[in-house]
Amino acid sequence: MKPSGFTYYRPETVEEALGVLAEVGPDGKVIAGGQSLVPMMNMRLAAPGCLVDINRVSGLDFARVDGVRGAAGDGHAVVRVGATARHADVERNAAIRAAVPLLGQALTHVAHPTIRNRGTSVGSLVHADPAGELTAVLALLGGSVELRSVRGTRTVGADDFFVDLLESCVEPDELATAAMFPASDGHTGSAWVEVARRNGDYAVCGVGALVTVDDDMRITDARTAYVSVGPRPVVLDASGVVGDVTLDNADWGATGRWAAGQLEPGEDIHATAEYRRHLAGVLTQRALRAAAGRAAGHRTGGSSGGNGTTGETAAARDHAGRGEG
Amino acid sequence: MTTRSLGEPIARREDPRLLTGQGRYVDDIGHDALEVAFVRSPHAHARIVDIDVMGALDVDGLVAIYTYEDLQGRMAEPLPVLIPHPALTHGRTPCALADGEVNHVGEPVVMVVATDRYVAEDACDRIVVQYEALPPVVGIEAARAGELLVHDDVPGNVSAHMVQEAGDAASAIADAPNVLELDLEIERSASTPLEGKGVHARWDPDDQSLRVYTSTQASTSVRAAVAAKLELPVDRVEVIAPDVGGGFGVKIVHPWPEEILVPMAAIRLGREVKWTEDRREHFVSSAHERGQLQHVRVGFDDDGRLRGLDVTVWHDNGAYTPYGIIVPIITTTQLLGPYKPGAYRAEFFSLYTNTLIVTPYRGAGRPQGCFAMERTMDAIAAHLGLDRVTVRERNLIRPDEMPYDQGLVFQDGRPLIYDSGDYPATMEKLKKLVGWEEFEEYRATARAEGRRVGIGVACYVEGTGVGPYEGGFVKVETDGTVVVATGLTTQGQGHQTVFAQVVADELGVPVERVVVTTGDTRRFGYAVGTFASRAAVMSGNAVALAARKVREKALRVAGEALEADPRDLEIDDGEVRVKGIPGLSVPLSTVAVLSNPLRYAFDDEAKRATQFASPADPDKTPVADGEEPGLEGTGYYSPPRSTFANGMHAAIVETDPDTAEISILRYCVVHDCGTLINPRIVEGQIHGGVAQGVGGALYERMVYDDAGQLVNASFMDFLMPYSTEVPTIEADHLQTPSPLNPLGIKGAGEAGVIPGAAVLASAIEDAEGIRIRRMPISPSELHHLREATAE
Amino acid sequence: MLVEVRDEAGNMVNDASGGERLHEVSMVVNGVHRSAAVPARRLLSDFLRHDLGLTGTHVGCEHGVCGACTVLLGGRPIRACLQFAVMHDGAEITTVEGCARQDGELGTVQQAFRDCHGLQCGFCTPGFVTTITAYLEENPSPTEEEAREAIAGNLCRCTGYQNIVASVLRAAELRATEPRTMEPRTSEPGTTVLRAAGEAEVSP
Repeated sequence: MKPSGFTYYRPETVEEALGVLAEVGPDGKVIAGGQSLVPMMNMRLAAPGCLVDINRVSGLDFARVDGVRGAAGDGHAVVRVGATARHADVERNAAIRAAVPLLGQALTHVAHPTIRNRGTSVGSLVHADPAGELTAVLALLGGSVELRSVRGTRTVGADDFFVDLLESCVEPDELATAAMFPASDGHTGSAWVEVARRNGDYAVCGVGALVTVDDDMRITDARTAYVSVGPRPVVLDASGVVGDVTLDNADWGATGRWAAGQLEPGEDIHATAEYRRHLAGVLTQRALRAAAGRAAGHRTGGSSGGNGTTGETAAARDHAGRGEG
Repeated sequence: MTTRSLGEPIARREDPRLLTGQGRYVDDIGHDALEVAFVRSPHAHARIVDIDVMGALDVDGLVAIYTYEDLQGRMAEPLPVLIPHPALTHGRTPCALADGEVNHVGEPVVMVVATDRYVAEDACDRIVVQYEALPPVVGIEAARAGELLVHDDVPGNVSAHMVQEAGDAASAIADAPNVLELDLEIERSASTPLEGKGVHARWDPDDQSLRVYTSTQASTSVRAAVAAKLELPVDRVEVIAPDVGGGFGVKIVHPWPEEILVPMAAIRLGREVKWTEDRREHFVSSAHERGQLQHVRVGFDDDGRLRGLDVTVWHDNGAYTPYGIIVPIITTTQLLGPYKPGAYRAEFFSLYTNTLIVTPYRGAGRPQGCFAMERTMDAIAAHLGLDRVTVRERNLIRPDEMPYDQGLVFQDGRPLIYDSGDYPATMEKLKKLVGWEEFEEYRATARAEGRRVGIGVACYVEGTGVGPYEGGFVKVETDGTVVVATGLTTQGQGHQTVFAQVVADELGVPVERVVVTTGDTRRFGYAVGTFASRAAVMSGNAVALAARKVREKALRVAGEALEADPRDLEIDDGEVRVKGIPGLSVPLSTVAVLSNPLRYAFDDEAKRATQFASPADPDKTPVADGEEPGLEGTGYYSPPRSTFANGMHAAIVETDPDTAEISILRYCVVHDCGTLINPRIVEGQIHGGVAQGVGGALYERMVYDDAGQLVNASFMDFLMPYSTEVPTIEADHLQTPSPLNPLGIKGAGEAGVIPGAAVLASAIEDAEGIRIRRMPISPSELHHLREATAE
Repeated sequence: MLVEVRDEAGNMVNDASGGERLHEVSMVVNGVHRSAAVPARRLLSDFLRHDLGLTGTHVGCEHGVCGACTVLLGGRPIRACLQFAVMHDGAEITTVEGCARQDGELGTVQQAFRDCHGLQCGFCTPGFVTTITAYLEENPSPTEEEAREAIAGNLCRCTGYQNIVASVLRAAELRATEPRTMEPRTSEPGTTVLRAAGEAEVSP
């Protein structure tokens, strides 16, 4: 398990990087964190002739909140994450967690902390693994990715960005320089729930949810996004199914069953398609309920953010683990 | 007084080295060695049509390429069937490099030697092997059907068929008031040590000698095998197991093809050569275990007492049988656990498939046997509406029935006679520990909260310390250091500590002064290996016997010096003292000097032993009649038969009513492995075993597709548990010494893993009210079982 | 088909570089400036083990799952098997060897492992020691559950993790009583001036 040889480039500016990418063409591959690429190279499932290391490219390691409400004109804040920002940089950034809680909620499920120390958020989007939490987060938030090449700069929305299994729309000569995750309005709650075989594994199924309420606690928007149920992240708009009701009257169970019916998950060694569909329904319900709870919290001034896991298992372990027998 | 060391939970002697990065594992040795990579079969079953290496020749750094054609003499013959058995009528083994046909994915076809592993893999990539695919036999059912054959000359894919019977099971079952039948399945898993295999070989052309470092559980036998295959005198070959990063059974198999190919290349090239197995190779070219189908027929009375038991096992032995049929023999004998089965009949078929070989993995067939027996116990309880523990208690062998003869032949060819143990007391302790009686109350509380919980129990008896023997060497150096050597190997069990504890106590020296070497043929040439929970029993007793010889000699020599009767002497804190006379003593270091009369003084200690150092009795020979120079001794321990440890586990699980996730809330262990040398180390063995049991029950499986490809050959998809998947283990123990050996020790290495699948199946079944007949089980599978039951 | 590549004198040909372009890579490892010329594809794990001779860092899977190769990059744990050494020219790396005290005695985490029997075969141990060393910098007094979470990205096949969890808690305890002397080594005694990356090599 040793990689094939390659020519190594280490540009120090974006322009230099774009120049190299234009020159090496399809034989080139960008490396930032390397947490997905290097395993494939070690197994010789990937053998790029040229590796362009962007870790020294200046100005790409940012993770920040731009356009704070009202200041940017559109009334929405946007989290901007540069190409060399690590998952851990995003996860630990308090301003980001406050602006887009879903990012923090989902990132705690991305592998293990050691991987998040090195893996980059933009890199995981470009890798386009439909089991990768950030793909669904970007899709659910309606985010976008900034792509630059010597030909110019373009910004691609999540819808167009994810093309197929492990395939994003990034052209060989392009560098994904940043990802944008727009914040939802203040009446929105979010949650991420997933079931993985082991802690830190790719999810058997993972669901992100956003629920928005108006001043009267009526649900104005309810959306979910999924990982591991198809070749691309899937987003469902459940607003119509939930209906024009207040939070107290929402039938999340029915919404979950509806969502399960909308999905076409596949089978692998860890789960059948049928189980995955069932799980998607259960987790949809849990995610929406948790997100709704947080939306209500926003309205009543309660605490927001926090961890999106359901936490039942840990609580149960505690419950039985002490003083029994 | 020296503090008694045996039985104390002292910190390990080996730890400082291992904790600071100073360990020496095979890949840490041989910085300048050439490195090896293999072209391995991508097919499960195929004929090799052509091997074209031309493309690899211009790889810079390539040193050599070998195929089967390049193997000479005995190297070209098939690898040995290590454990022949009369029932193994169709044993088959591969050659070191495939000879015309491959029978599983991962079988080595071409060996490449290069300046480093990167380059060796480059060369492998450019070697083109043409195969003619043959239809593969995958899975026990396909093997059993026998329509397709793995080996043309093995009808029905049956390598071995064996029946053992104690009493007339058929009539006992026929006459029983109740009869049940169960079909059971347990899937493949594997030892999966964190360090894969590895071999480093160095040929000294001037000395005409070979030194091999290998990550093995049996260095002496590797030595014999290497010498035999390479046709070298055994005394020109030394084999050393350095620090080994875990074994769990897979490293007992030998010689692996690489263990003879790497030395062969070292001799031919006159260079140090090294092969370090990578993780992907380990998955497809080492060994797996566990996979069996079982059919149980049991007759019992209305109280749940067994009248007769008839078990048939179809055992998947993979493509070859280098380790014989040890695993199914153990399954069918150890299945009986702590119970009296009435009449018993066991039959097994060991079957070839085009998959990786199956050889012992910690537990070695016992987890499967325990699964069969304990599923049966639960089925009986369910059938009669009895408490599951009550049924078990009614069938337990009582202490006053010990020794208990099960009437079968065990894996060592000796009678299956349990030597000692108090099974009812073990069960009592377990019930208290887990709170068996209070569980229904807890279940009701949980149910009220919408939670689904269940409790399970499983019992095992483990034959440990199989022969034929181990030996130990103990020597007191002139500086007072006590050096100890034993031939069996160490893979993390703390032998450098526990054998030191044994010798320290036997000899009367502080444990800090004892230095232990294991698995190095330069230091001790006679040994069997580390497997079957035998190290503490075998080498523990062997070093004790050796230490006793040294002690006797020390007393004799010191008696001369002190002009005292040896019977009036004692050894304490490294000094031989005259009992009751304070100050009249001589240090063991001095006794060591006196025991080796010298002509030449190479240091101050030696000076005291030279001929003019002190007046000597002119009528006595310098070395007394019947004595040998040196304060040292060698001892061997050879047991009449195995000694039987036992234990019982209980687990409480919670299953998520919606997602079908399974969580272990509590895991309790009561075990009895006789005298404990170091309780902390024993507990560590239990913890590790339980973690592997949990892995095998809920996470780990080897998934082959129909083409015989192992589809989860990575740590991404072969789900070894992390810390978050293993429960906190609550352990208690009994100490029923074995009457069979001087120290009363029983083995402890494998115990923890044995009841894992059985106890968790029992608990899940209890939580769900659904029959569990197949393990491991995933949430997806539990979901489907629920759906099927609901229909 | 036997192939043994020899030169005209019959000696084995040994082109150690395999003909690849070599990159001079310098790092400060455990406080010591180290340097070697390696191909771009040399994994950081192999660089530390085979080019620098620091064999305490172990390789268990080479696909980033087991954690045996975990080292600290600027104090943060990373998988050395998922990095090319050349990417870290000029970096500061701590390995398990650097988690001992300056006098060579066991460091806090190492001592805790010994106290709690937190290791058996020792192969996975270096990755745990580095991971825990970094973790306790962030969370000096973890609960048992946090301790279990902290090690959840590393595989151990021997211990069942229970004694490793105990080791984390024990290390926190030791750290609290001896915070100064037990810190991981950042510089070797006698090492005064560290060379800047790219300067003359210090042979491994």
